[in-house]
Amino acid sequence: MSQDVFVFIEAQHDAIRPVANQVVGVARSIAEARGGKVVGLLIGAGLEGLSSDAASIGVDRLAVVDHAALATYSAESYTTAVVGALEQQGGGPLFFGNTSIGKDIGPRIAHRLGQGMVSDVVAIEQADDKPRFRRPIYAGKAFCTVEVQEAEYVVSIRANSFPAAEAAASPAEVVPVEVNLDPATFKVQVKEVIERDAGQVDLTEADVIVSGGMGVKGPEGFEMLKPLAEVLGAAVGASRAAVLADFIHPSHQVGQTGKTVSPNLYIACGISGAVQHQAGMSTSKCIVAINTDADAPIFEIADYGIVGDAAEVVPALTEQLKKLLA
Amino acid sequence: MRLIVLVKQTLTTEARIALNDSGGIEDAKIKKVVNPYDEFAVEEAVQLREKGVAEHVTVVTVGPESAVEASRHCLAMGADEAVRIDDSEIESTDSFSVAEVLGAALKGMEFDLLLAGQVAVDDNASQVAVRVAEILGLPQINVVSKIELGEGEVTASREADGQTEVLTAKLPALVTTDKGINKPRYPTLPNIMKAKKKPLTIKSLSDLGIAAPTPKVKVVAHTLRPAKQGAKIFAGTPAEAAAQLAEALRNEAKVI
Ligand SMILES: Cc1cc2nc3c(=O)[nH]c(=O)nc-3n(C[C@H](O)[C@H](O)[C@H](O)COP(=O)(O)OP(=O)(O)OC[C@H]3O[C@@H](n4cnc5c(N)ncnc54)[C@H](O)[C@@H]3O)c2cc1C
Ligand SMILES: Nc1ncnc2c1ncn2[C@@H]1O[C@H](COP(=O)(O)O)[C@@H](O)[C@H]1O
Repeated sequence: MSQDVFVFIEAQHDAIRPVANQVVGVARSIAEARGGKVVGLLIGAGLEGLSSDAASIGVDRLAVVDHAALATYSAESYTTAVVGALEQQGGGPLFFGNTSIGKDIGPRIAHRLGQGMVSDVVAIEQADDKPRFRRPIYAGKAFCTVEVQEAEYVVSIRANSFPAAEAAASPAEVVPVEVNLDPATFKVQVKEVIERDAGQVDLTEADVIVSGGMGVKGPEGFEMLKPLAEVLGAAVGASRAAVLADFIHPSHQVGQTGKTVSPNLYIACGISGAVQHQAGMSTSKCIVAINTDADAPIFEIADYGIVGDAAEVVPALTEQLKKLLA
Repeated sequence: MRLIVLVKQTLTTEARIALNDSGGIEDAKIKKVVNPYDEFAVEEAVQLREKGVAEHVTVVTVGPESAVEASRHCLAMGADEAVRIDDSEIESTDSFSVAEVLGAALKGMEFDLLLAGQVAVDDNASQVAVRVAEILGLPQINVVSKIELGEGEVTASREADGQTEVLTAKLPALVTTDKGINKPRYPTLPNIMKAKKKPLTIKSLSDLGIAAPTPKVKVVAHTLRPAKQGAKIFAGTPAEAAAQLAEALRNEAKVI
């Protein structure tokens, strides 16, 4: 085994996802403690353009598996590709973002390699020797610190919990890796992929989120949130109740069954703050609540609050921020 | 067609979490329930049996004696049979160990579709079910909101970041369920009574022919979410309150 540390570099819509830069930053601190290098793993088909982007995000070496059978993501083919590349490059700890893909293949890869995995990490408490990681449990009401017992393991990190790595001054060496993939043996077929929201900031990666719940009263309420989101350069989130009431598309849902977000600023408008909602946003750095009910649970985890009607407060806040940020 | 559902007992999500004297999570007086995501999986399995697509539903749990309540709940929802594997010999219930034990148990069982929750709300790991699929060489479709069982295959829609994927997997396969796939039923009194007569087997690790797995990760400490001071509330007219908030976001929290 080498001293090196590996990073799965996730791309979407032909661009490296911001969470990948954060994962590289985390891998860097572990690599420094081990005295090894950071090796990026880029998986997919037709990767010429992406490879040169990925070579500059702060890795020391970039291993690329470029294969026609990897054009569409599937857990089966990506697991094989990642494990193949990792082993050919000498093996070592492997870091993911705790994204849909990270959750889908991280545990599968860990088990194929006979390794432990720490999911949804928000802090590193010790990087050398037996690394220790902190992660939320019980819907974010508590945290546990876990220690990995062996030198090789898998970790997934929560987006926006760590700073991005510094970009490299010069691009890293790119190493093509061949992995045997035979689509005829695949047990899963991708029938259809329905894209949503292409071009918008992904909720999980937004710095600022303006979110609405039942208290914004309807789809018009979400129209009212848009100007506020615009002045802040924010993405729009929603509670499950608002989604179920058809105020907004399910892809905006924040919470245990929706997206897990950890922005710098989360503004909850007309959201009660049920535990399942909190599970998706309680690690946000600054939480603002706007709610008519001073006893709403959201105020227990908020840093700032206004007790009032969202229909009045949101436009007023939009105005004030326009002035301040002009 | 035979279905197996992996079911974990967890603390009710409404619970206030506190630490006990030895620094662990205090769970003595807290109500225990079937992990909500596993309840969706059980409901889905029972519906498939009611539709005649499947014949038999077995729920499998790794847990302590008290987890029998979770097994009973699933039997009362309509599962035909329950197996509880006693966890008292397992040194640490890390995802690796639990998956190894479940894998060993399932190797001796016949099934076409394995169902599980997408995550356990207590440990927030999203690992065990996928690891079991890897052990058994099953294809997987994770976090699904719709399942259709066909001849020798299952088709399911999965929510991923920014997209919905529709996948078809050859059976036997693993499918993990998300909220919204169905509405889990409340067991009725007659069904609770009937459940008492259904087979409920308890197995030890030696019954499975395995030794306790060596954990790959160990919990060294629990901490509670730091209590916030309570929100700073801005009063006045909407314009006044909004002005103070904007000011605080810029100069105090420095987030804009
Ligand atoms: C297994 C499971 C998973 C779940 N997953 C999620 C999830 O991922 N995400 C999620 O959000 N929920 C989830 N839920 C649902 C969750 O329990 C709550 O039902 C939901 O979050 C409530 O949404 P809400 O706050 O918008 O609505 P409500 O609870 O109805 O709250 C509306 C709030 O708006 C306030 N209000 C009313 N009028 C105004 C006004 N004019 N101006 C300002 N405020 C006003 C009210 O005081 C209230 O606090 C899940 C539940 C379960 C059981
Ligand atoms: N002790 C257990 N017994 C049976 N099934 C489990 C157990 N732990 C986890 N699972 C299954 O694996 C899923 C994911 O759990 P986790 O990896 O703990 O988030 C759960 O929703 C269950 O379906």
